[in-house]
Amino acid sequence: MFGVTALLFAALQFLSPEMRASLYIKDPRQLSAMEAVIEKYGLRKPLPVQYGIWLKEVLKGDLGYSETAKMPVERAIRAFFPATLELTLVAFLPILVLGVYLGTLSAVYKDRWLDHLTRFVAITGYSLPSFVLGLLLLMVFYGKLQLLPPGRYSLDVDLLVHSEGFRHATGLLTLDCLLNGKPAAAWDVFKHMILPGATLIYINLALLLRITRSSMLEELGKDYVRTARAKGLPGSLVVKKHALRNALIPVVTLSSLLFIGLLGGVVITETVFDYPGIGRWGVVAAQQLDIPGVLGSTLLAATLFVLANLLSDILYAVVDPRIRIG
Amino acid sequence: MSLLGFGLISFFFAVSLAAPVIAPAPPNSRDPYLIPQDGYSPDPVLPGPRHWFGTTEQQYDLYYGMVWGARTAFRVALSVVLVSLAIGILLGGIAGFYGGWVDEVLMRFTDIILAFPDLVLAVVIVSVRGPGLDNVMLAVTAVSWPSYARLLRGEVLSVKERDFVLAARALGGSDLRLLFRHIIPNSIYPLLVVASLSMGRIVITAAALSFLGLGAPVGYADWGQLISLSRNWILGTSGNPFAYWHTVFIPGATIFLFVLGWNLLGDAVRDILDPRQR
Repeated sequence: MFGVTALLFAALQFLSPEMRASLYIKDPRQLSAMEAVIEKYGLRKPLPVQYGIWLKEVLKGDLGYSETAKMPVERAIRAFFPATLELTLVAFLPILVLGVYLGTLSAVYKDRWLDHLTRFVAITGYSLPSFVLGLLLLMVFYGKLQLLPPGRYSLDVDLLVHSEGFRHATGLLTLDCLLNGKPAAAWDVFKHMILPGATLIYINLALLLRITRSSMLEELGKDYVRTARAKGLPGSLVVKKHALRNALIPVVTLSSLLFIGLLGGVVITETVFDYPGIGRWGVVAAQQLDIPGVLGSTLLAATLFVLANLLSDILYAVVDPRIRIG
Repeated sequence: MSLLGFGLISFFFAVSLAAPVIAPAPPNSRDPYLIPQDGYSPDPVLPGPRHWFGTTEQQYDLYYGMVWGARTAFRVALSVVLVSLAIGILLGGIAGFYGGWVDEVLMRFTDIILAFPDLVLAVVIVSVRGPGLDNVMLAVTAVSWPSYARLLRGEVLSVKERDFVLAARALGGSDLRLLFRHIIPNSIYPLLVVASLSMGRIVITAAALSFLGLGAPVGYADWGQLISLSRNWILGTSGNPFAYWHTVFIPGATIFLFVLGWNLLGDAVRDILDPRQR
């Protein structure tokens, strides 16, 4: 984590002191006093000193004011993160279930039509850029069928969500709408997630499919599987209880990385569908050189990634008892 | 399947070589990579005899853009892979060979870069350095080399313990000679597999940056940039939502086939060099 902040800080050195000063500004009124800010945070002082000052601010949770979000960075993260989390949850479960299920089937029925179909899905999904798929989906389901619009919710839901008395219990809007007794609004929010969700599923399914398939193939070729079969165990039992258990180990790592990767910002998909999450915010911030915004979203993504590695280490031990934590 | 991949890539390669013949630049053009405009009307024009693939908004000719864009795509993909491989081999080799604090420093550095999602870090780099194709290549290279370095270091660690390395050292080989003549050639195969598999990803990442408006300027023959032009037209006209289908479909299909070709080719390379997967 220390390294992550150092690298980001180093990248910033390409910018002028004036631009970097925006990192320390908490509200727009301070813009007029730019020179004072530069002075206060020692932006013309030697680098290590600057870095120390900046790190202290970050640790206080003070990440500056994001011009593009029109609010301080820590509030922007709190506003955008639940949207991304919700989308990630909607997309991740099908990816996991379909990926493991189809990957296993594909390995069991190797070189049959099901295997070929799955591999076709995998290689096309792997080769299709998300913006191409997203635009095509929008064209068909929004342009032609007028069914699934981009954005996060329709206008009336927008009003509802921002009205007095709407309680934001979880931050996940679908749940919140249900908790507030508005199933129609919940459906509306969910409808907006179908297209970006589908895009994410198709694109990311490929990776999980491939890993499951190849790991499963490797296990199925091993001696203990032959022994189990020779004992007369039914084929499905051998696959489920013996081979799959062992084949899941690389799948676990990959899926925890995938989950966090999605959380850290599904940059393109969110941009295409105009979905107000972390990824789109980060890109808009980058395009308009809103440095605090870029730093905030990037730091978040990197932090999540470090957590993901920890998580996958722990999951390892759960899936494979031979590995001990500690 | 691998034949299909090979065919696709050869096709794109032939197109990019033949670009000046099959899509000649207009005589007054300053730079053949700038797509000629046929008027300045904001509405795209459908494919027809005058423009085989139609035009985008501002009347950029899509056929011309696709043909010269193939050159851009090859230039970006190949230079990124070659430069990342070179950096990866050099740093990974040194880290694995010398070990100790050199290894520690280099590997912690790759850890840091690997801690960022690829695209996010690339976006940061390009946005700080300013948009442009060169900076896109720089950014994608910067996020690609660490995984190569990682991989090679692991291989070098195991290869350098083998007897033939000891033999070469006993014959008086210098560090440099040992590393570049004996160790790296013997540990490079997994790296080549990964590199050929990552080609497709690199093309997509570079195209994504262009799509986000961080790459080549408007009018430059670059596929990602051309598809970002199409974003305004996905809804077509009222009553006919598919009126401008070609602005999305043609560059989209082109990028897809190019990446598909690399991925199929990568699979083939892996099958040849890594027989365990068969």
